[in-house]
Amino acid sequence: MKIILNDREEEFEREAMSVSEMLDLKKFSFRMRIVKVNGKLISRDDYGSSVINDGDKVQMIYLMSGG
Amino acid sequence: MRLSEIEDHLRKFRVGIAGAGGLGSNCAAALARIGVGTMVIADFDRVEQSNLSRQYYFSGQTGMMKTEALKENLVTIKPEIQILTFQVKLDRENIPLVFAGCDVIVEAFDKSDMKEMIIESVQKELPGVPLIIGSGLAGWGRNELLKFRKIDETLYVCGDEVTEASDDLPTMAPRVGIVANMQANAVVEILLRISLKAM
Repeated sequence: MKIILNDREEEFEREAMSVSEMLDLKKFSFRMRIVKVNGKLISRDDYGSSVINDGDKVQMIYLMSGG
Repeated sequence: MRLSEIEDHLRKFRVGIAGAGGLGSNCAAALARIGVGTMVIADFDRVEQSNLSRQYYFSGQTGMMKTEALKENLVTIKPEIQILTFQVKLDRENIPLVFAGCDVIVEAFDKSDMKEMIIESVQKELPGVPLIIGSGLAGWGRNELLKFRKIDETLYVCGDEVTEASDDLPTMAPRVGIVANMQANAVVEILLRISLKAM
């Protein structure tokens, strides 16, 4: 499957995956973040149940302290 | 567009400032100068001596509520500005009430869990209202890393998205000021786009 991750095309060796699986596969370990799939904000509690499909647009923002 | 025309556009709008620290106070000062009509400022803290290294306050204001001190400074810049203040710790319940009616909201918290909280609250409870967050602004130098990213029509990010503030990498006036002004710059762009589209 191919997805658009932060405006770049990325390929994964599977047909669909949860947000949790995507974060593991990409080794995105920093915990403070928000994830949007096709414009919809996915809350932390739903990472395991929210599915990313072929062609989906995924956006992630790391939230860094300081302000 | 001439400055007087720009001011005529911006006067009509209401901007929410969530937090009156390094990001919020400096962003609000820039927005006051270019003529945003109304600002809603929420913060629960008082001005401390240590804040003066980077926040838009003055030595005579230590001990004041930040909301009141910032209002004083913004009115000194622009007497005709309308300021609404809320002395509250923002949370999921009060954010939709405090910022109801705002055309744009600026996220200006220090802590990353608060940044997450306001993104979730605004996207859920105030759908369609653009939120401009600051992420990654601690320390000094590294101008080349600071950037602006539009996620979609309702979410924008200013900062380097990698630097975490800490005791050894404090938030400092120049870099937080740049990001605060990037946020203000994004507010102007969004508001002028809304205003011109409505004509």
